[in-house]
Amino acid sequence: MGSILSVDSLTKVFTRKGQPDFAAVDHISFEVDPGECLGIIGESGSGKSTAAAMITRLIDPTEGRIILDGQDITRLRGRQLQTAYRKMQMVFQTPTESFDPRRTLGDGIGESLRNYGHCRAEVDRRVAQLLEQCGLPADFARRYPHQVSGGQCQRAAIARAIAIKPKLLICDEATSALDVTIQREILALLSDLRREMNLSILFICHDIALVQQFCDRVLVMYKGRIVEEGVPDEVIRNPQNDYTKRLIESIL
Amino acid sequence: MMKQPTVRPVKIRRDTVRARLIVFGILAVLLILCSLFSEYLTPCDPYLQDLSNAKAAPSAQHIFGTDRYGRDMLSRVIVGTRTSIFSTLLLVAVITVIGTVIGVFCGWHGGTIDTVLMRISDMFLAFPGLVFALAVAGVLGGGLHNAIFALAAISWPKYARIARSQTLSQKETPWLMAARLSGSGTVKILAKHILPNIIGPILVTSMLDIGTMMMELAGLSFLGLGAKPPIAEWGSMMSENRALMTTVPWITMAPGLAIFVSVMIFNLLGDTVRDYADPKTRGR
Ligand SMILES: Nc1ncnc2c1ncn2[C@@H]1O[C@H](COP(=O)(O)OP(=O)(O)OP(=O)(O)O)[C@@H](O)[C@H]1O
Ligand SMILES: [Mg+2]
Repeated sequence: MGSILSVDSLTKVFTRKGQPDFAAVDHISFEVDPGECLGIIGESGSGKSTAAAMITRLIDPTEGRIILDGQDITRLRGRQLQTAYRKMQMVFQTPTESFDPRRTLGDGIGESLRNYGHCRAEVDRRVAQLLEQCGLPADFARRYPHQVSGGQCQRAAIARAIAIKPKLLICDEATSALDVTIQREILALLSDLRREMNLSILFICHDIALVQQFCDRVLVMYKGRIVEEGVPDEVIRNPQNDYTKRLIESIL
Repeated sequence: MMKQPTVRPVKIRRDTVRARLIVFGILAVLLILCSLFSEYLTPCDPYLQDLSNAKAAPSAQHIFGTDRYGRDMLSRVIVGTRTSIFSTLLLVAVITVIGTVIGVFCGWHGGTIDTVLMRISDMFLAFPGLVFALAVAGVLGGGLHNAIFALAAISWPKYARIARSQTLSQKETPWLMAARLSGSGTVKILAKHILPNIIGPILVTSMLDIGTMMMELAGLSFLGLGAKPPIAEWGSMMSENRALMTTVPWITMAPGLAIFVSVMIFNLLGDTVRDYADPKTRGR
């Protein structure tokens, strides 16, 4: 059985005038199996978001390969990349800013459906359905991002991400901007969706407790590299790497 | 009691802004209507010469007097609105569109072509505007079309700059990334997400530019590089008659007032639109 996502020595080097080259992500390799939830933890600036942006092809990798469901997407462009996005969606860290301030939530949620050729009436129906599936009233489709709370907006963002039934969902600190109770609700929603849709999830986070609760496997990133990998409980109980030890000590 | 000082000024300010917007909007619309229907509004034939009645002082028949050929000044000023206001609006529309298109393209595309286009726009920005327009008009010859062309050539970079920087900041936003992940192509993203989000400041700039452009066009005409006589245009009317100013002081009054009033109206309208678009005066 092949993996959903396979990343091979993915690297991003930022070059700036007058500064030495800086490898934000340095030869990372990992795989996500179907239905699995893989966590990535690491301190701020360790390159988690950069890795997510490369995997979603929002920025171009310097080196390495990304294989999504058997297809090499590392160099895809235009139409082909748009087709690849049917299998992979992302939920962003800042819920409110992930929706165009001048467009309604419904418009944002239905955008992918319209792009993949669904007619207007069907899109409206699906949007209402998706909102309800994510625990929001259907009339939220007519609201603007600034008219809903962060937690509600994140639910809408999840509705948008699952609209075209992707196989892989990438959550880049999807719960970091929310308070603890809302965080728990969003995690519960993600767990439900994961079960219903057999989603694979790449769960980027800097809270090791959340990862322990939610993920099957975890990668620890430090300065652009993967320094440790394993089942969350094992990693927490018996960290091999110095950095991981410090990370866990700082929380306990 | 405590709430009053924080809430009321904003509200009052908002109301006055809206009132100003309505007043100046109506005045601007009146000016534009006047330019559209100028033929029907003139009391006399603006091109009819009457040498026996040349340089007449203001009277009941000729409110602003007559020029050296005995043509009614008021009628000429009214007919002049077509040339002056219409050319100005056309000019502003052209530079807004061209500047925005170039700016959005540069911001979105980036790379060498962006650098090249921005260097070119720097060049135009570095020139003193009217001097460059003079040179263009000098090379291409006078005439209203060439004057518009010259002013357009030096004025688009400002819009390109604004559109480019706005596009760059939009490009980094999460909602744009979300739109890309939703499978929207470049054209759709530009038209649906970027343009609506950047058009506000650009439109405010063009409103503020109407007054300036009106003066510059009149200035070029005054220097003989814009509208050609006998076409009635405010700038050229002033220049035609300026030699007579010492003997018949009222002779440049009509076109002068017309320029002053219309520039004023459009500038105030621009200011008001800017205040209106400013989120700080807009209640959420
Ligand atoms: N466009 C860029 N140009 C140069 N450096 C960048 C750029 N984007 C990110 N970086 C650098 O790359 C490093 C990794 O950033 P990244 O956003 O991936 O970290 P992160 O792990 O997501 O952190 P956080 O937990 O704060 O979100 C940082 O040091 C950052 O300064
Ligand atoms: Mg991040």
